Amino acid sequence: MSTQSTDSSVFESADFDSHETPDIFAAPGEDAGARVFTAQGGDWDDIVGDVGSLPEERIVVNMGPQHPSTHGVLRLILELEGETVTEARAGIGYLHTGIEKNMEFRTWVQGVTFCTRMDYVMPLFTETAYCLAVEKLLGITDEVPERASAIRVLMMELNRITSHLVCMGTGGMEMGATTVMTVGFRERERILSIFEMISGLRMNHAYIRPGGVAQDLPAGSIQAIREMMPLLRKGFHELELLMNENPILKGRTVGVGYLDLAGCMALGVTGPVLRSAGLPHDLRKAAPYCGYENYDFDVVTRTGADAYDRLRNRIDEMYQSLDIIEQVIDVLQGHAGPVMVADKKIAWPAQLAIGSDGMGNSLAHIKEIMGTSMESLIHHFKLVTEGFRVPPGQAYAAVESPKGELGCHLVSDGGTRPFRAHFREPSFNNLQAVAAMCEGSQVADVIVAVASIDPVMGGVDR
Amino acid sequence: MTDTPTPDDGLLPSAPGTTPDPVQRGERHGMFGATAGADTSGYGGLVSPILFPGAAVRPYGGGFDELADAIEATSAAGAITRTVIDRGEMTIFVRREDLPAVMQALRDEPSLRFELCLSVSGVNYPTDAGAELHVVYHLMSITHGCRRLRVEVTVPDSDPRVPSVVSTYPAADWHERETWDMFGIIFDGHPALTRILMPDDWPGHPQRKDYPLGGIPVEFKGGSVPPPDQRRSYN
Repeated sequence: MSTQSTDSSVFESADFDSHETPDIFAAPGEDAGARVFTAQGGDWDDIVGDVGSLPEERIVVNMGPQHPSTHGVLRLILELEGETVTEARAGIGYLHTGIEKNMEFRTWVQGVTFCTRMDYVMPLFTETAYCLAVEKLLGITDEVPERASAIRVLMMELNRITSHLVCMGTGGMEMGATTVMTVGFRERERILSIFEMISGLRMNHAYIRPGGVAQDLPAGSIQAIREMMPLLRKGFHELELLMNENPILKGRTVGVGYLDLAGCMALGVTGPVLRSAGLPHDLRKAAPYCGYENYDFDVVTRTGADAYDRLRNRIDEMYQSLDIIEQVIDVLQGHAGPVMVADKKIAWPAQLAIGSDGMGNSLAHIKEIMGTSMESLIHHFKLVTEGFRVPPGQAYAAVESPKGELGCHLVSDGGTRPFRAHFREPSFNNLQAVAAMCEGSQVADVIVAVASIDPVMGGVDR
Repeated sequence: MTDTPTPDDGLLPSAPGTTPDPVQRGERHGMFGATAGADTSGYGGLVSPILFPGAAVRPYGGGFDELADAIEATSAAGAITRTVIDRGEMTIFVRREDLPAVMQALRDEPSLRFELCLSVSGVNYPTDAGAELHVVYHLMSITHGCRRLRVEVTVPDSDPRVPSVVSTYPAADWHERETWDMFGIIFDGHPALTRILMPDDWPGHPQRKDYPLGGIPVEFKGGSVPPPDQRRSYN
């Protein structure tokens, strides 16, 4: 710690002349139990010199929760023997939002606006898992219109690409490859504009609703997607050129963050990490939902079980997603139809439309409820304020998210809001593997291993 | 279950694939679930039971019989108190003292082979006397084509202890810590049962139904906004 950057009184009273300080983050009266060094600014060599004066090699390093390369507010507690990590533990909970509890006090439809904020890098997957679980509870899974399912697939596959791009972009940046980050975010931006065009928002969409989707695709969106596809392919190729055979990147990632199949099974790890260990497990193939059985794509696997193979898997999965998107937009272009269940006791009554002053309630709908049908007005009011009732029971629905199995466990007591909502977040579960991946490796490899898991703290802490 | 006798009570066997004896967990009052005298519908005196699906009758159909046969062939059979088939999902209720043995059998028996314990979560039913807290495990078997099974354990609020399954499924480690943090269910034998989402010194367990929500006092001309659990609302 540099003495200039902190409260000088601490140092005057303790009379320290080096970077060794009392633990400024400890509770009053708390004994740290060992000498504490705080690295925040100043000359790194000074800190290293001070630490080197310790009689023993073993030190405990708190990396995070505010460290720029820990993927958000993740705290890693590393026990080091020189440069080698002898023990690694992950500390989470710095982004806990209480979303699951909040959902118990909102209607079933409002639940979507909450769960979309969990893992903000893949919001459409959380929305879909939640809606599939609500539909299962209602017993309307088969009544969801095909067009609504196709739109869900389209949105999820676009979202899979953006999630993988963020994973690679931030992971690259943490390794010092800023070009990977700029290319990744540039390509992601194209898809975010498509999201904005379709749902009105770049994140926190609340676009997928129980029974279907909020509204049909706007005119011109399929054309915009078609025009974007070659650009995306070009961008992915650029990423491949940057990374696939890059000797520096390979030196940092090959054999790093190793977790074999037995480890994945024991720790419940799914997604690209599991597929990098050679098991072709993908819920889109193994337990299809939203009509994934109608699309032709491959499950990408590799056998290195390391960070490099996970990276390569993600790039290949993005190409597979493009293939699915090409198939699904052909389906969407040819077949118009409803995008919400026909049951008016469940389907959201309002429809949105673009007016002269932007998007708002459809004028046709306003005219109907305000001008012609009092029953429509009552119906609209009851559904929007009270919501629909869901028969008592519980259901679990899972989707293959970019990070692994994303499950939603819902319990209903017959009311208009969830009795209990629980999300099985892949980020939360997979972070448990940090210890298995990092212990025995170098400190620098910890960053790579964590980046290869692709945790998003919004999903971890919920 | 309900007190109303059915015409075939005790006379005819229940139809296969049905759940004849629903489990009552609480009751609803009035028309819209509005509380504190807010029900002006005239149906405020209406009482209806909240009925959860009960034990299913063999044959279950839908491929669940094969799974049920496989479970019954193991040592786990005696530990199951109820099997519920609902909405295309199978749930087995297991006595808590037998949970580790059941989980071990579910993972290791070649005919079952549930490799993944995907999730552990708690549910708080304050009106389910003697079984206020439920622990719900979601298992999946990749070997048997993504076959899923839900295992549920109930414990009373006065003795919220469940044996840990971490020795069988290491993946349950953080999930059990989260369930302890949120519901106050103690997992005996867990290697380090500490809070995971809330700070270490946090009082109470936030996802229990009796946990007060507090809310933020937003005041406007003498009025304040009550927390969501005290607002007038429909449910």
